[in-house]
Amino acid sequence: MDLRNTWDQWPDVNGRFGEFGGRYVAETLMPLILELEAEYRKAKEDPAFKEQMDDLWTHYVGRPSPLYFAERMTEHFGGAKIYFKRDELNHTGAHKINNCLGQVLLAMRMGKTRIIAETGAGQHGVATATICARFGLKCVVFMGETDVERQKPNVFRMRLLGAEIVPVSSGTGTLKDAMNEALRDWVTNVEDTFYCIGTAAGPHPYPELVRDFQSIIGKEARAQILEREGRLPDVVMACIGGGSNAIGLFHPFLEDEGVRMLGVEAAGHGIETGEHAAALNGGKPGILHGNKTYLLQTDDGQIVDAHSISAGLDYPGIGPEHAFLRDSGRAEYLSCTDKEALEAFQLCTRLEGIIPALEPSHAIARVGEVAKELGPDGLIVLNMCGRGDKDVFSVAKALGVDM
Amino acid sequence: MPTSRISDAFARAKGENRAALVTYIMAGDPDLETSFEAMKALRDNGADIIELGAPFTDPMADGASIQKAGLRSLAKGTTLRDTLKLAARFREEDQTTPLILMGYANPVFRMGYGEFASAAAEAGIDGTILVDLPPEEDGELREEYAKHDLSVIRLATPTTHEARMAKVAEGASGFLYFVAVTGVTGAGSADPKAISGNIEMAKRVSGLPVCVGFGVKSGAQAAEMAKIADGVVVGSAFVDHAEKAHESGDFSSAPRGMGVLAQELSSAIKEVAKP
Repeated sequence: MDLRNTWDQWPDVNGRFGEFGGRYVAETLMPLILELEAEYRKAKEDPAFKEQMDDLWTHYVGRPSPLYFAERMTEHFGGAKIYFKRDELNHTGAHKINNCLGQVLLAMRMGKTRIIAETGAGQHGVATATICARFGLKCVVFMGETDVERQKPNVFRMRLLGAEIVPVSSGTGTLKDAMNEALRDWVTNVEDTFYCIGTAAGPHPYPELVRDFQSIIGKEARAQILEREGRLPDVVMACIGGGSNAIGLFHPFLEDEGVRMLGVEAAGHGIETGEHAAALNGGKPGILHGNKTYLLQTDDGQIVDAHSISAGLDYPGIGPEHAFLRDSGRAEYLSCTDKEALEAFQLCTRLEGIIPALEPSHAIARVGEVAKELGPDGLIVLNMCGRGDKDVFSVAKALGVDM
Repeated sequence: MPTSRISDAFARAKGENRAALVTYIMAGDPDLETSFEAMKALRDNGADIIELGAPFTDPMADGASIQKAGLRSLAKGTTLRDTLKLAARFREEDQTTPLILMGYANPVFRMGYGEFASAAAEAGIDGTILVDLPPEEDGELREEYAKHDLSVIRLATPTTHEARMAKVAEGASGFLYFVAVTGVTGAGSADPKAISGNIEMAKRVSGLPVCVGFGVKSGAQAAEMAKIADGVVVGSAFVDHAEKAHESGDFSSAPRGMGVLAQELSSAIKEVAKP
């Protein structure tokens, strides 16, 4: 198949990216996701929807986010020029709000009054609670019991914003179980409820619409680098959990053949230990949470818990479009251990005065090698998808510092 | 012919002017030996069809009761192949009671649709209900099932409007499983009045026997549903007996308790036998 210049055609009418994606949901939800798809098609064509998004992006979220030349990090590695796309400067401190804003506006078009969401680290939960507060909507956030304990500041922020937090103890009490519980709530409350999914995964049309909302990252970055450097970058790179920030950065560059895409998965204690969150590097194709994609699983098809120091990457699956980009060879996926991410976290903080979240620290951990490989004439854009304020407690703990 | 076991079961019930009793248990909960005893107890106490749950780590359409049952079974190491072996063992001594495997797509996908279909038919399974495999996604599976006369049993819900029902019925066989509540298994209680219109529509559009499940726990509720449907499915209430057995350590209490419950449900259904 000739895939050049055809990236925009995915997903196909069945919601598939090649063999991945689809709509693997219980029948109760089928009418809803078909309705959501129809409504999304209408919204996409509606200038008023775009206008409303643009206005809120500019004045509420703070877009466009800057493209910053990381001069000292570039010097440190002595290779290609490294630019950061500063999505950590968005309102609420991460790229998550780009998507929440779009989904909540869609929910309101559909007449839904209650928004549910799942969250791991709490960033998607905070972003959803924020937008719900802004529009006066009821917000319920499902969060694994262990994450509620680990992420107390974000739990309190969500409560301040008026959201109800439901600690999830079913299954193993992690992000995947929070997602199961959100799906259970959704089938129970189909009439008034909209499920705001936090990453570019789930049943069609979620992977598509989350990608579209997050593509603002790549569109801005592409225009900004052309303006700054007069040419396209050699490499765009981002960390990958479910993969929403990465697909947002990658997608607008897909048809630029000379631009390499590098995703960095969380290798936890190391892929060889089995304790990791690298679905592409250590998983196999399977079906979960509404889509077919790479999953961490046993030979019997049971889902295995992910592990990462970064709660935002701690998920046993990955968005279906990444599965497709990897199998088609258009994007490459590396990995980075907890230890390497911690070192990169500190390096970036010291060299650039930017405390990155642990998630993008995974991408930063690989950027040096890539920069050296490209040499001084090279150009890299790395997505700084979140700030590290939320992580200072867990980093202190990992470094053995008693605060 | 495997499918005929299902149609024969409905024909027998119809011959007695009553709805069929469809019972669900989780394979391997509290262990596989107990499940085997439970299957026989269900059959001996009036179950017309047995649904065998195949455990999955992430059962997103199930309530607490069946979620926990699946985790108990997985903790014992139950695999999809074990569930098939359990079915085969039951089939050796019972050639009439239809066996339906109920679960989620991933373990089946992982085994491979072709391999699963042939192994399931070999084990004497008559059909499957894979909750997260809607009509849009089960084409490949259906092709494999057709080779072995396995039934694809689909779910319809109160949100399934008439146009959608046609899609749900397309390629379905055996029976149609009507989910009585918008919610997860075991939650709430179904209101027969609210859904009787939907069930009529489901029968008319699908041309299949329609069984009602989710939220049916007692003989009285089963009787109400038996008035409007071709079959009544009870799951969580049986699974609760496995939970008690697991907790007490007296595994033999599970088949005993399940037998008593099946008897109660079966009698209640027979009492409202249609004229």
